Amino acid sequence: MPKLYTGAEILFKCLEEQKVKHIFGYPGGAVLPIYDELKNHSSVKHILVRHEQGAGHAAEGYARSSGKPGVVLVTSGPGATNVVTALTDAYMDSVPLVCISGQVPTHLIGTDAFQECDTTGITRPCTKHNWLVKDVKDLQRIMYQAFKVATTGRPGPVLVDIPKDIQFAKAKYVSLKKEKKIEIKNKNRFNQKDIDQLIELMNKASKPIFYTGGGVVNSGPKASELLRELVALTGFPITSTLQGLGSYPGDDNQFLGMLGMHGTYEANNAMHDCDLLINIGARFDDRITGKIDEFSPKSKKVHIDIDPSSINKIIKVDLAIVGDVTDVINSTTKTLKKKNLNLEKSNKQKISKWWQQIQKWRTKQSLNFINSDKIIKPQYAVQRLYELTKNQDTFITTEVGQHQMWAAQHYKFNKPNRWMTSGGLGTMGYGLPAAVGVQLAHPKKLVVDIAGEASVLMTMQEMSTAVQYNLPIKIFILNNQYMGMVRQWQELLHEKNYSESYTEALPDFVKLAEAYGCVGIRAKNPDELDEKIQEMINVDKPVIFDCHVDQAENCFPMIPSGKPHNQMLLGPKDQEENKITSKGKVLV
Amino acid sequence: MAKSKSAYSIPSKIGKLETHILVVWVDNEASVLSRVVGLFSGRGYNIESLAVAEVDQKENLSRITIVTTGTPEVIKQIVLQLKKLVPVHKVANFKREDKNVIFKEMALFKIVGNSSKIKKTLNACKKFNPVILDQTNKSAVIQITAMRREIDKMTKNLKSHGLISVSRTGAVAMTRGAGIFN
Repeated sequence: MPKLYTGAEILFKCLEEQKVKHIFGYPGGAVLPIYDELKNHSSVKHILVRHEQGAGHAAEGYARSSGKPGVVLVTSGPGATNVVTALTDAYMDSVPLVCISGQVPTHLIGTDAFQECDTTGITRPCTKHNWLVKDVKDLQRIMYQAFKVATTGRPGPVLVDIPKDIQFAKAKYVSLKKEKKIEIKNKNRFNQKDIDQLIELMNKASKPIFYTGGGVVNSGPKASELLRELVALTGFPITSTLQGLGSYPGDDNQFLGMLGMHGTYEANNAMHDCDLLINIGARFDDRITGKIDEFSPKSKKVHIDIDPSSINKIIKVDLAIVGDVTDVINSTTKTLKKKNLNLEKSNKQKISKWWQQIQKWRTKQSLNFINSDKIIKPQYAVQRLYELTKNQDTFITTEVGQHQMWAAQHYKFNKPNRWMTSGGLGTMGYGLPAAVGVQLAHPKKLVVDIAGEASVLMTMQEMSTAVQYNLPIKIFILNNQYMGMVRQWQELLHEKNYSESYTEALPDFVKLAEAYGCVGIRAKNPDELDEKIQEMINVDKPVIFDCHVDQAENCFPMIPSGKPHNQMLLGPKDQEENKITSKGKVLV
Repeated sequence: MAKSKSAYSIPSKIGKLETHILVVWVDNEASVLSRVVGLFSGRGYNIESLAVAEVDQKENLSRITIVTTGTPEVIKQIVLQLKKLVPVHKVANFKREDKNVIFKEMALFKIVGNSSKIKKTLNACKKFNPVILDQTNKSAVIQITAMRREIDKMTKNLKSHGLISVSRTGAVAMTRGAGIFN
């Protein structure tokens, strides 16, 4: 007779086999057998959050900064529904998460039992796949599959719903080495012909551009190295989406900055005027394309993506290459070197005019702002934070809004996995719990959440988690007392009717920090900013930094409503000349 | 839409609508149907008809046949999304006009009336392999197999012959010739 294990024991054996070090969770009635088993597995550390949404975002931060899947454990009913926002966020931004939820005992499913909800039904559209475990004998196979599905192909969240009686029930556990490998759908479909075609297009192009996205980061650190090699080899300009920042050095001369709604003037104009657009691991998001009909009208378009359903979804492309970014770039550089050793030189000559044009756009200095010596400009605060932290390996998370865009514009990333932000879903309250997860994955590193005061209040309770586990995360709040991005749109599109976007009663963030048992710092004028930021970096405790910034500052440049890439709105001076038409107001 | 101030673009040209028949081979397990159907309802698409049944007991495979109408881009997107689902094995996508594919539906008609009315009904259904499944002296249940539009037409025409109830299946499809879809 082989030894029999309970469902809870099998679950932990699976987690150990997957080398899971941390799980983020919150106990409750339907997961008690799992929590009871926790004490017997010292290699798996449980991080107790204060709200299940926090567990999900923490696991996202952990996954994005480490490349390993994040694991979440929640109870049935409200535990599961609270994690739905984080699952959807991970689904939109392709973050590998494995969420384990407790469920009421099998015989009570469908009876409106206490803390029951249809968890697999609710999470079906926001996970890659989910499972309701109906027999303890299936648990090991399902857990194995869950990790496989979450981490292969285009990564994403999965959920395993385990009824309480299954956690008690017993079954055999066979070590994985003996288990036959479960087949997962083939991911590499491109062939050499595609690569040859790509190189031919590259050879012919006189105004080429690389447009890279989160797929490069998801493909692993090797992809970023290969990308740098490819960009150097071709001499082409490169721009990146919000999620792709860091896969190419932000301070390199070939890098044009971020593109899209709040991207740089040179990046967006280059996208519009190019004759060859090579999309590597990005998805033509609507914040990137602006007006679809006038998106990059003169270019041949190439799309490299691991997910075939991303191709031709929004923008029709001339060449589709389905595959992992690492493999595709690897084949491309290899073929380039083999076929055409002089491409670098010949291309550089051919595209020198293109570079001259780009230099002209660059002289606009679209990220400039009018600084002040009386009041802290939010852009200035991010710039100072960058200058004072760039000499160490710093991880940045953000919330959602103006501060997020300023962080993306003014903080320059040199390595992948250093920038964690909610792009697709745009979840306010993402950054603080994400920082908790990042700090756990990188205990000795500096982790800063560049936050807005409105966003950060949505998940502020996780400061308590940071204090409990001695995670010295820094919450750098650009406090303008407004939901800044909402206020900006109201100013530009809704006749300055600032409906409900001003927060009347904000907490005293310094006192709040002290109440949580961490350090509060406040900066009110530009003279003291550097000193205070340095103080924040030096403290080995969690810090809430309340940085009072200009309330009226808007985030520029901006692709105004209903306009294509080449009609950007630059700073305050430019606005007078380019008023937004009423027709365009619809679009933002 | 035109006057509302929203954060998103207004639709440009809307593509031409086409009717497609999708055939999906899936693992026969709980929730697989809602995963498939969710891709349609999540895009606000209506499914015109649906036929599902297990076709291979040993392999535990079911075959789903879906008739839907939409723009070619969205249908293509749904097909690609279907292929990504874990329990989906393969997906075939046919246009309704496709001459290489046979589409059939079955319908049951309940006719209430005297024997001459029933006879007239049988006559009208002659082309569609009518079978009498049940008969009394004032009623009959008749089964026919035909294309969707033919059944639509019959249900309209037979009203005068005493048709009081119609039950019909979704379309099932199969390619012509010796080959199978792979």
